[in-house]
Amino acid sequence: MQSTSTKAPLTPHLARLEAESIGIIREVAASFRKPVMLYSIGKDSGVMLHLALKAFAPGKPPFPLLHVDTTWKFREMIAFRNMMAERTGMELLVHTNPDGIARGINPIDSGSSLHTQVMKTEGLKQALDKHGFDAAFGGARRDEEKSRAKERIFSFRGPGHSWDPRAQRPELWSLFNTRIRDGESIRVFPLSNWTEYDVWDYILAEDLPMVPLYFAKMRPVVRRSGTWIMVDDDRLPLEPGETPEMRMVRFRTLGCYPLSGAVESTATTLPEIITEMRAAKTSEREGRLIDSDEEASMEKKKREGYF
Amino acid sequence: MTHHRAPDHRELLRFITCGSVDDGKSTLIGRLLYDSQLIFEDTLAAITKDSRKHGTTGDDIDLALLVDGLEAERQQGITIDVAYRFFQTPGRAFIVADTPGHEQYTRNMATGASSASLAVILIDARKGVLTQTRRHSYICSLLGIRDIVVAVNKIDLVNFDEDTFDRIVGDYVTFASELGFRCIVPVPISARFGDNVSTPSGNMPWYHGPTLIQHLEHVDVAQDLAVRPFRFPVQWVNRPNLDFRGFAGTIASGRVAPGDQVVVAASGKTSRIARIVTADGDLPVAEAGQAVTLTLEDEVDVARGDILVHTADRPPVADQFAAHLIWMDEEAMLPGRSYLMRIGNIWTPCSITSIRHRVDVNTLEEHAARRLSLNEIGFCNFSAGQPIPIDSYEDNRTTGAFILVDRFTNRTAAAGMVAYPLRRASNIHHEHFTVDKAARAALVGNKPMVLWFTGLSGSGKSTIANIVEQALHRAGRQTYSLDGDNIRHGLCRDLGFTAADRVENIRRVGEVAKLFVDAGVIVLASFISPFRAERRMVRDLLAEGEFLEVFVDTPIEDCIKRDPKGLYAKAKAGEIKNFTGIDSPYEPPEAPELHLLTAGSTAEESANAVLEQLRARGIAC
Repeated sequence: MQSTSTKAPLTPHLARLEAESIGIIREVAASFRKPVMLYSIGKDSGVMLHLALKAFAPGKPPFPLLHVDTTWKFREMIAFRNMMAERTGMELLVHTNPDGIARGINPIDSGSSLHTQVMKTEGLKQALDKHGFDAAFGGARRDEEKSRAKERIFSFRGPGHSWDPRAQRPELWSLFNTRIRDGESIRVFPLSNWTEYDVWDYILAEDLPMVPLYFAKMRPVVRRSGTWIMVDDDRLPLEPGETPEMRMVRFRTLGCYPLSGAVESTATTLPEIITEMRAAKTSEREGRLIDSDEEASMEKKKREGYF
Repeated sequence: MTHHRAPDHRELLRFITCGSVDDGKSTLIGRLLYDSQLIFEDTLAAITKDSRKHGTTGDDIDLALLVDGLEAERQQGITIDVAYRFFQTPGRAFIVADTPGHEQYTRNMATGASSASLAVILIDARKGVLTQTRRHSYICSLLGIRDIVVAVNKIDLVNFDEDTFDRIVGDYVTFASELGFRCIVPVPISARFGDNVSTPSGNMPWYHGPTLIQHLEHVDVAQDLAVRPFRFPVQWVNRPNLDFRGFAGTIASGRVAPGDQVVVAASGKTSRIARIVTADGDLPVAEAGQAVTLTLEDEVDVARGDILVHTADRPPVADQFAAHLIWMDEEAMLPGRSYLMRIGNIWTPCSITSIRHRVDVNTLEEHAARRLSLNEIGFCNFSAGQPIPIDSYEDNRTTGAFILVDRFTNRTAAAGMVAYPLRRASNIHHEHFTVDKAARAALVGNKPMVLWFTGLSGSGKSTIANIVEQALHRAGRQTYSLDGDNIRHGLCRDLGFTAADRVENIRRVGEVAKLFVDAGVIVLASFISPFRAERRMVRDLLAEGEFLEVFVDTPIEDCIKRDPKGLYAKAKAGEIKNFTGIDSPYEPPEAPELHLLTAGSTAEESANAVLEQLRARGIAC
């Protein structure tokens, strides 16, 4: 991952973003007792992980990776996750909410809202509490969504992981306020100032490995709510008259497969993806069924402890 | 689509938009995003729906809804926090801080301005330069912004009138002449209809300047940080194995290369740069903005918080300095109270020794002040807990900036901009007396410490302290009592009972107690001392184990019943103001060494509990 002698230097813009993120990641290692990096396997997580590796070279990042597994991720994501853990040599913690499993929560019967709340939000809180992490990195970006645009880079969480948008600490310069008391924690977003374009440009420039689902390929899909849902395994019940068909599709964001909409695409290489993205007429979150549930839904989820 | 070609040459521009309520900031930012085609169809569909619900523009799309993010503020129709927006044009990438214009949100504006290198100041063409315009311009100036765009908005509502524009620009330039801006560019715009935002307007043939976007694409705000003196705040010491010891951090200013002679600014230890390590290989040179790991040729003691500088260009090192301060906390700043300061990567206790003046942000007049409240700005003298390398904020926006954090709530309470050191720590010799505290204590066979009795008036502090002192005295221990009677009439007779005066009173008592401890004496201090912050301050003055906080916990009903000096009666009658427990708060200790619940105990029993605690600490009594 560090054999970069033939690599062209980053553009000044990407170099600046990279340096800022590395500074943020080091700050956490220096200031917190027990940090963890949320690794959700997607492109943003991939960039964040790469930046962490860079920040501590020639050493390794002094914190583990955590994946909150809802058991509904694409199979290719899980394979990729395990491959990356092995390749980086970092400790990978995987947590699944046992209560959710016991209650039979799933994205199909329970609905996306409850599934997300129980398997992602509650699962995450369980994992953070279980290990006593006082700082957790997330790959969220401010350009993703309106309530994210006001999020701090170091985002304070009260007891019970609560987020109060009206009681956020002012964040000036790069002088982050890292002070917390027992039971409180900080969520840290090193990619706050990156855009979707920056992420892909950086992946291209640094030649980062990505889950194959981002690249177009013939995949078995069904048409639902105006988007293509991939039939990743036999747990997806087909509606009457519904037959999976093979389509050339790819994903702009990845999550639980029944909740991740694919777009039709012929982009099979990074430059093609970037070209396609720059011509896109819809935002990347469109493919995420969880955001369109209700107005201000992200803010609500964040108050409850979602990343 | 050429519109979205990645901008690769010009540096990212971070700017802020500011203006008063209804000047159209959110609409302008919505317009910038809309014009740069960053509004996706699904987002547009969502705000078209919202426009009917919350919008203020009739059937048109309300562009402001693109950026007013949080549910609460959409309902109120105002922007309550700083939001960061991203857009790109063929020429450049931008991050915009959208900051609210209400007076109570000076805090947010300063936050947005701290990372911006240019400000777009919106002025409503119908209203001209307002008080808020002055305030925003002053804050921009204070936060070190040197490039200003004056966007005269809603020009359509004054019939695109040239004279109106010229008059507003004239007013602004006159007023801003003392703010030290390098460049002021005025542009007449209509954010709602798009005139001169990204496309030249056909409605103003008299205007020949650039559109707002053209100017933002081409403006050069580079600060030439790379040619300033080298400053490297050490963020993290990287020791993956015994063979490697590197200092990780981001270069704040200047340039560095292997072989350079460097010095740790505060300690004066010197060495040479051995390597500049990055994940992509070693670098021959690195400059401001780069996050690198430096190794040194010698085994020098370097830790997080230290600043590496070139030997030839060292900053002054001082523990006292003057700085501008923007107060951001609901709880007012009181001189003498101890806060935590973060400057660079140093965290250190710090207090304001005096407020030289408060600045009226509307008139820029200077006034005397005894405290700073939320959103007030002052010029103050500071005393830090350790010597700090001092660069002025004007010279270096990274090393010259600091924040203050409340020691109890951990809230970020203030932003500070260093002006100059007051006296160099290297000039104050901490004389090394051959007779020191240990020697004095040994002579009298004492283990000096402070017993700090805190509690309500009439709770029995002095009574218990007296019994304890008698017992200590009988046991041959050298003691001294400090209480309101011997302090308020002499050392502190110039102080009253306002919160500010209470803080100063306890600060002086703390310093006196410290001197007694230094002299080898056991001090019994009995003070209501209602605020945690001040008790904490006294604790911090002393060494570990020298401060024993005794919470004399008597229910206020009992204190009122006893009322030995008749003070509660007077306070209730309104004859005494700021009386603790009546109209002034008491903050009980969270973790006192000793918690005396006096209800149901005699003073002797309480005193015995104290003596028990002292014996456990090795004091024979």
